Amino acid sequence: MTRLLLGRLVQAALVALVVGGLCFALVRVLPGDVAFRIAADRYGPDALTAQAAEAVRQELGLDRPWPELLLRWFGELAQGHLGNSLVSGEPVSEELASQLGPSLWLAASALVLSLLIGLPLGLVSGLRAGSGLDRLSLIGAVALRALPPFVLGLVLMLVFSIRLEWLPPAGYGTWREMALPSLTLALGLAAVSSRVVRDAVAEVGATTYYRFARLKGLPERAVLVRHGLRNAAIPVVTYLGLQAVYLIEGVVVVESLFAYPGIGHALVHAVIARDVPMVQGAALVMGLMFVLLNLGVDLLCRLLDPRLGATR
Amino acid sequence: MLLPGAPFRMLFVPRPRRAVLRGLLGLAGLLALAPAAGAAEGRSAPERALTVVGPWEVGGLDPASNGHAFTRLQVAETLVDVDAVGAPAPGLATGWTVAPDGLTWRFPLRSGVRFHDGSPLTAEVAAESLRRARANVGPLSRVPIATISAEDGAVVVALHRPFALLPAFLANHTTIILAPASYDPGGRVVRIIGTGPYRAVTVAPPLRIELERFDGWWGGRPAIARARYLAVGQGETRALMAESGEADVVVSILPVSLARLRRNPKLAVQTVTPPRTRLLKLNAGSPLFSDPRARRALSLALDRAGLAKVLLRNPGLGADQLFPPAVSGWHAEGLPPLTRDLAQARILLSQAGWLPGPDGILERDGRRFAATLRTYSAWPELPPLAAAIQAQAREVGIDLAVSIGNTSDIPARHRDGSLDLGLVSRSFAMIPDPLGTMLQDFGPDGGDWGAMNWSSPESASLLDRLAVLADPGEREPLQRRLAEILQAELPVIPVTWAELAVVANRRVAGVRADPLERSYGLAEMRWGTP
Repeated sequence: MTRLLLGRLVQAALVALVVGGLCFALVRVLPGDVAFRIAADRYGPDALTAQAAEAVRQELGLDRPWPELLLRWFGELAQGHLGNSLVSGEPVSEELASQLGPSLWLAASALVLSLLIGLPLGLVSGLRAGSGLDRLSLIGAVALRALPPFVLGLVLMLVFSIRLEWLPPAGYGTWREMALPSLTLALGLAAVSSRVVRDAVAEVGATTYYRFARLKGLPERAVLVRHGLRNAAIPVVTYLGLQAVYLIEGVVVVESLFAYPGIGHALVHAVIARDVPMVQGAALVMGLMFVLLNLGVDLLCRLLDPRLGATR
Repeated sequence: MLLPGAPFRMLFVPRPRRAVLRGLLGLAGLLALAPAAGAAEGRSAPERALTVVGPWEVGGLDPASNGHAFTRLQVAETLVDVDAVGAPAPGLATGWTVAPDGLTWRFPLRSGVRFHDGSPLTAEVAAESLRRARANVGPLSRVPIATISAEDGAVVVALHRPFALLPAFLANHTTIILAPASYDPGGRVVRIIGTGPYRAVTVAPPLRIELERFDGWWGGRPAIARARYLAVGQGETRALMAESGEADVVVSILPVSLARLRRNPKLAVQTVTPPRTRLLKLNAGSPLFSDPRARRALSLALDRAGLAKVLLRNPGLGADQLFPPAVSGWHAEGLPPLTRDLAQARILLSQAGWLPGPDGILERDGRRFAATLRTYSAWPELPPLAAAIQAQAREVGIDLAVSIGNTSDIPARHRDGSLDLGLVSRSFAMIPDPLGTMLQDFGPDGGDWGAMNWSSPESASLLDRLAVLADPGEREPLQRRLAEILQAELPVIPVTWAELAVVANRRVAGVRADPLERSYGLAEMRWGTP
């Protein structure tokens, strides 16, 4: 267990180093004058002038050599600071803190919603593999996964906001505003997770120990609860960890579409504006979340299957 | 792969672990429910907050970058306001006088005005706000100001040289007057404490501002008690916000959505023509466009009415001169319009030495007429317009490669001289008097968004004379002459004018679309019968 935690800690430090350096390098090699980019984002297209760009260059010391700028960022990071946003001048940590919350709520509710949809559907399809329901859920999953989140979101808006007038199409503040963006993400997640659950359940259902449990006369429900769920849960949990990738890319698109003030939205703007500390900060937080999530998945898998800890 | 005996171990799952699993499930359930608790607080308010939706994000509190958010929502005010035709009018100042030498301006302040924190508006406070604005990035730094001081309840501005546009510059959103408590010791704006009819309760960048009526406003008591602004970047989402009834007022609707919203009986659609023109900014110093005949030929290749009809859904927006008819004094009546005439374009190009090569693209001395047309996506209509212009230019043998980048590419390439051709959306309303922008764009050295490597002694002298004239009657003939020069020389080629569409739910009355985009007019709105 200690080795696992230590390993993940080293991984986190590596993520910080690589993400920080890579973001810095990528933003540097992108075409376009950084001072002009920042001024464009600060003052908007109508008020942007070369004079404003020069003022930005002076204020932020952008003409200083790049190793100095990068070392300064790592130095500050070591002391727990992420620097200040070049556009707003506010500390990156404050901006991220206000934007990370909405994103976490969105991601968490999407994940829970996807489990509420995907688990029962996958379970039933897996237990009746090859049935009409199984095929229907396969078709549904393929269709939902094939739709880009942007299109899916618009369809949901048309149905739930315009036709039914139940939910607002955009905004932030209450669960009502969060319903459609999280459903958009959840449907995409559930499309795949229901199939993963279905395969896992079907595989477990075909094992000798599962059939033996039935043969010895256990009721169907007890067989499933005692022998099925736990074994089937391992691949499902592992897969949920991988789905974080889909969540992160989905959050970026969905947040823009639904005018939702999250970290994905912030990252897109920071990249356009060449706001290096914001890009580094946002990517770092996302990277660390990924490490944390993997750790959670590892721990959960060991909990589900103690052999994993014993054999290593 | 299973260890021997594994099925039996599975039979005896230790209890505590089950508890952990159940706990995790419970946590997941809580996550799903928790936001609902927050919802209850927000919904129990006495009166519905009027929701205004627009495309502009809230970047922060600095007046230089985000003052427009606070003037549009009537949180902060400027010394000078504008009247219905865009002329300077009293704001926090009751008027202004200028000394005969044109150098000393006095702006007496309205008496009894209080900031949202209860502190009084004094001339010294107003002068301090203006001094900060002048030191910051923004239009005021372009005014030849010597000093800004306070004297007997008036703000006094002393100039280096006469400049008649001072009142118009003091109507710009970067010159909002804020209470002393708005600034931290370092001079940064940390709170927006203005004098307007609404005070900002929450400013949550990048997408939301919450407002509450300020009962102490000098202009009376607005009817709407609470309002909020939501920034929604996607045009489709803004239209859906209007249709679903979630938004009361939506500003800036994409042309494709307009017809659908007009058919909706719950919504009232207003369109106005702001002083904004999409134009081609040309590098008149490049061998391709230094000859005015080449610029005219490119202009003759454009089917403006067609572009406006297909891409903007309004053929009337084809820009046959720089300013639309709504901009009085600057739209020159009877000026020969810019039209499409491919035959004439080919004649002009051949006179300039450009002849079709084997692939139909013009050539001169072995050089092809090929250039890069740069534009940006901050305005969604620009990339498709650029693609259409590319196709139309091809018809007269001009080969344009379209490059879509960032807004800043245009001024940056203007500075380093690497721009051939840019398609930009230029507003002449930043300073409510279009002359403020004209001085910036068509001065002797050109401008970041205007002329490039083009100058005309006559237009420079016209601008110099206009800058010291205040009387509209005296200015009119000079403005007309300037319009004629620009139409003949084409340092920039007007393509289309713009249209600003404002959609309001019929349950709100008193909504007025502002072509200068200075204010949403919240204080004049009231709840009506739907």
